[in-house]
Amino acid sequence: MQPANLLLLTLVLAVVAYGLGYARSRALAMPLGGIRHLKSLPFYYGARAALWCGIPALVVLALWAAFQGKVIQVLVIGSLPPEMIPADEGSASLLLSKISNVASGALPPGFVEAPIVEAAERLKALRGQSRMLMTALVISVAVLAGFLGWLRIRPRINAREQVESILKWLFFACAALAILTTLGIIFSVAFETFRFFEKISFIEFFFGTSWSPQTALRADQVAAEGAFGMIPLFTGTLLISAIAMLVAVPVGLLSAIYLSEYANKRVRSVVKPLLEMLAGIPTVVYGFFAALTVAPFISDLAASLGIEASSQSALAAGGVMGIMIIPFVSSLSDDVINAVPQSLRDGSLALGATQSETMKKVIFPAALPGIMGGILLAASRAIGETMIVVMAAGLAANLTANPLETVTTVTVQIVTLLTGDQEFDSAKTLAAFALGAMLFLATLLLNVIALKIVRKYREQYD
Amino acid sequence: MNTLNTTVTSEADMPDENVVPVQDEKPAETVIEEGKTVGRPFADDAKFKLRNVEVFYGEDRAIKNISLDIARNEVIAFIGPSGCGKSTFLRCLNRMNDSIDICRVKGSLQLDEQDIYDPKRDVVELRARVGMVFQKPNPFPKSIYDNVAYGPRIHGLANRKSDLDDIVENSLRKAGLWDEVKDRLDATATGMSGGQQQRLCIARAIAVSPEVVLMDEPCSALDPIATAKVEELIAELSESYTIVIVTHSMQQAARVSHRTAYFHLGHLVEVNETNKVFTSPEHQLTESYITGRFG
Repeated sequence: MQPANLLLLTLVLAVVAYGLGYARSRALAMPLGGIRHLKSLPFYYGARAALWCGIPALVVLALWAAFQGKVIQVLVIGSLPPEMIPADEGSASLLLSKISNVASGALPPGFVEAPIVEAAERLKALRGQSRMLMTALVISVAVLAGFLGWLRIRPRINAREQVESILKWLFFACAALAILTTLGIIFSVAFETFRFFEKISFIEFFFGTSWSPQTALRADQVAAEGAFGMIPLFTGTLLISAIAMLVAVPVGLLSAIYLSEYANKRVRSVVKPLLEMLAGIPTVVYGFFAALTVAPFISDLAASLGIEASSQSALAAGGVMGIMIIPFVSSLSDDVINAVPQSLRDGSLALGATQSETMKKVIFPAALPGIMGGILLAASRAIGETMIVVMAAGLAANLTANPLETVTTVTVQIVTLLTGDQEFDSAKTLAAFALGAMLFLATLLLNVIALKIVRKYREQYD
Repeated sequence: MNTLNTTVTSEADMPDENVVPVQDEKPAETVIEEGKTVGRPFADDAKFKLRNVEVFYGEDRAIKNISLDIARNEVIAFIGPSGCGKSTFLRCLNRMNDSIDICRVKGSLQLDEQDIYDPKRDVVELRARVGMVFQKPNPFPKSIYDNVAYGPRIHGLANRKSDLDDIVENSLRKAGLWDEVKDRLDATATGMSGGQQQRLCIARAIAVSPEVVLMDEPCSALDPIATAKVEELIAELSESYTIVIVTHSMQQAARVSHRTAYFHLGHLVEVNETNKVFTSPEHQLTESYITGRFG
């Protein structure tokens, strides 16, 4: 049986165990005079039986699925004639893929040596046996453990506590999964980044002002030496993010103030969701809006003013990105402004302050830390944005502060470095990981600062 | 209005004030008639002249045809069970109800013969003259100094820093807070105790030299000692300000006020000298309330 089907079967068995456990606990309770003489509700006895049935079976299934491939490989390799046993890891994996290709029928047996055909047969046989064994083992574990769990239902056992503690661990495992994934990403990026710095010096990467990652693929190829200075990319990112923030912060903040302080309920209930919809538009759509509508408009406008502007510009990408992140600023600021107690507003108004004086002198200062937090979160979103920049700002790594020129960003370069066929040990591909690591650190820093500020703000009113 | 004078007792009818009233004598009035208030709702030297005031929350009529005078430099207490409209009525006096969209005010409300709800009326000027202290102390999350200086700065009351310093010191002195905070004027106001915060709010309100101070249950969030201090303060302030205080504590109303107004379900049932209200109420409902039968 396929592991996926087996998983489903185990779940079905667990449900059956639940039903049986539930019924047994009720049956046991009857002679005692009702379920109030049980230590726990029948639900907990059922759940306990289900957990007994499901968890060991799933553990066996997971372990088997994780290790069967490796074990079968070792067995197959070991059965080869001694002269064919591969010396190093590379040739071993080559040989193994050959064998499994023969086994799956992708490679006709006539093309390979006889021992390999034999090995392929053995592989097939072993796989079949393994699957059968796994099926038998999992089902018997589930049934046996479920039966044990069912047998051990006694009125005096406190099933509630046991179920609660198992559930606690289950929840912990789910939380740990997210953290482990993050750690996994960090380690894989860090590992590749170290490999990059074995090839390229720190100084060149951090202080180099030119970026052209084209390196020769073969030793005899005529190609430029690659240059891996990240400065043009980070200035590009900063330039575009700065433009985006210049658009998003004033517009977002002022609309948040309007929504929270001036707009009446009806306007608010219409405008707020509309504004938040901006965040829901796919970035690709923003991208072609920027590339096909905004960028030509800007270059035409610049031309009519006698200024030279390229058809792809930082201004177009940054401006559209700014519109995209307006809801990040406005929504968070709106929440924070609303969180300022009404009593402060009343206090200020009762002293004869106007609405805008109240806003400026009382509410805004009180909400400022929270607003800063929102702005920093929006900034980290802007720094990480890719699609709009790819389409509207271009790929040329110019070191410039002129928003009318074409620039590129860290994220765009990561995309271009990793798309298409790449070999994974060249400086060019590894550079993507180094850039990713730097970007990760930068946004992490921004997020930490934002969280710190938001937390400090919270303490003020709680 | 014409029904009112029938129930007003003249001075001659009043028993000697020092005599303990005989409580088993039943109050004359037992029913509420809309627009009819027993006792003495009007005054000769009226600061506020309020006639036929009605307040609506959407369709709800929260204040039902109330007429009342508030005299210059008097302390008048509004009492009544929760939801009787006393806070709503109080908030009409400086138009704090304006910020509630569904709230409408009808009738004639005059401060020094000028209509409060005149559309051309400058609310900023009105609120500068009619200050307010709220139920929960609500100091701004700023320094003590900036809290008190907030109003004077907004209204441009000080030309120089030294003028502002004087205003802040005077206000804090009047609020009886100066000695406690003079060494830490730069400390944030939210770090003070509840009683200090409330006195700071009073200082903040009187810093703009209002003529009237409205107090909406100013002591309900304070402990007895802080309450005593605030009550003492009210007594001192009554020399120079007209004070309207909403309170749930009848002892407090009895201690600080000259006149007491009893509200019931949006009606103004009885207004009279405080000692009269508490010793020989003229209305059955007032008596039930002050003797603790409900509320």
